[in-house]
Amino acid sequence: MGEIRKLHTPLSDEIVRSLRAGDELTISGAVFTARDMAHRRLCQLLDAGEPLPVDLQGQVIYFVGPSPAPAGRVIGAAGPTTSSRMDAFSPKLIAAGLKGMIGKGYRDDRLRQALQQYVAVHFATIGGAGALLSEHIVAAEIVAYEDLQTEAIRRLQLKDFPVIVAYDCYGDSVYESE
Amino acid sequence: MNNTRTITYQQIAATVERLCIESCYELPGDVLEALRQAAAAERNPRARHILEQLLENAQIAAEKRIPLCQDTGLAVVFVSQGANVIFTPPAEEPEATLFDAINAGVAAGYEKGLLRKSVVAEPLNERKNTGTNTPAIIHHEIIGGDKLLISVMTKGGGCENKSQFRMFNPTENAETVCQWVVDVARQAGANACPPFVVGVGIGGNFEQSCLLSKKALLREMTDANPDEFYARLESQLLSQINALNLGPQGLGGDTTALAVKVETAPCHIASLPVAVNIECHAHRHKSAVL
Repeated sequence: MGEIRKLHTPLSDEIVRSLRAGDELTISGAVFTARDMAHRRLCQLLDAGEPLPVDLQGQVIYFVGPSPAPAGRVIGAAGPTTSSRMDAFSPKLIAAGLKGMIGKGYRDDRLRQALQQYVAVHFATIGGAGALLSEHIVAAEIVAYEDLQTEAIRRLQLKDFPVIVAYDCYGDSVYESE
Repeated sequence: MNNTRTITYQQIAATVERLCIESCYELPGDVLEALRQAAAAERNPRARHILEQLLENAQIAAEKRIPLCQDTGLAVVFVSQGANVIFTPPAEEPEATLFDAINAGVAAGYEKGLLRKSVVAEPLNERKNTGTNTPAIIHHEIIGGDKLLISVMTKGGGCENKSQFRMFNPTENAETVCQWVVDVARQAGANACPPFVVGVGIGGNFEQSCLLSKKALLREMTDANPDEFYARLESQLLSQINALNLGPQGLGGDTTALAVKVETAPCHIASLPVAVNIECHAHRHKSAVL
């Protein structure tokens, strides 16, 4: 496994091209959170040709709906939700500038094509490790869709957040490499 | 009726509140032990590292009093009420039922424990969050005696989504049924957060097999079905699922399931219903006896 590489957001094409399925690394910097309902709303706006509430250029979306923050912590438990539920939406967001996603589990072929076409990457992190992962989140604020509560879009600041490259921009997947 | 016992709304609500919170903060001891043993036996270095991270996650959650997993689930509550237990509602709410007490406990537990509220009021139209994580899914049965047993399982959505049901022909053999169960685990894959605990319900009818598959998850991790045939089926299924090389997080390894539990019921001569309830490694449940 060797030395763990450290990535910082936002991501450039050059960085994305340097990532290969199976690479283990950490991410620091700002990412957005979004899951099912926020994805539906963002795509409805794109379909209607309207502006998005957040600028996705070079950004990373983490598929998470955190539990409420206790006193003295910035967030509650915050592990990944199942990525495949976002398969229908992610290609549109990638076409709109999104460079990376963090979730758990498999993605479909259309998503993989979008990663290749637009030079983007999908990371997996540890499903069910919401307490551990919350230790790598140093700030959190809601930036859109507050009515969605846990499903609102948040801006998180990550610090050495552990991920693995699950699907790279060359069509390869960690789930098929074993 | 001199051997009846009274249990109040408040007692039940307070117990359910505590069980919701504690189940989300602390993995049961037998689940922790199963994860430890899996980590010690795992031959794949990355899989072993992930299992160690899951143990570290459990430690952080227990020490810092935060949920193990942000998906604190639907509260699935099993209540076995002794026939001699009399439920008493509060004076100000004389119509309140045992189910109302359970839901009050769930709402209080999710609020005070800062657990995520993951229930929408209606499934297909607006999907508006109820804001209380209620209603709970409640399974109630009457048993003998004067005790009330409550088990709360806080069951995440990711693994529940990968659970399946199938009707087999009654002449089907055990091997074919087992192949399908293994295939359900394979299809659940990385999405359902392996290593799994797999609950299998065989027999009964459509809905009973599903309920059995969930009830099976309440069993101790190391126990075996008392029937020799089904005990063998459990260990065979566990070996076959672990031979999939799916591993923790679906990234390969020896540890795809921590346990397989089979529960059975009599069924119709025409039927062989089989349900598989997939549970993730964050196997959270807690029980109390009143």
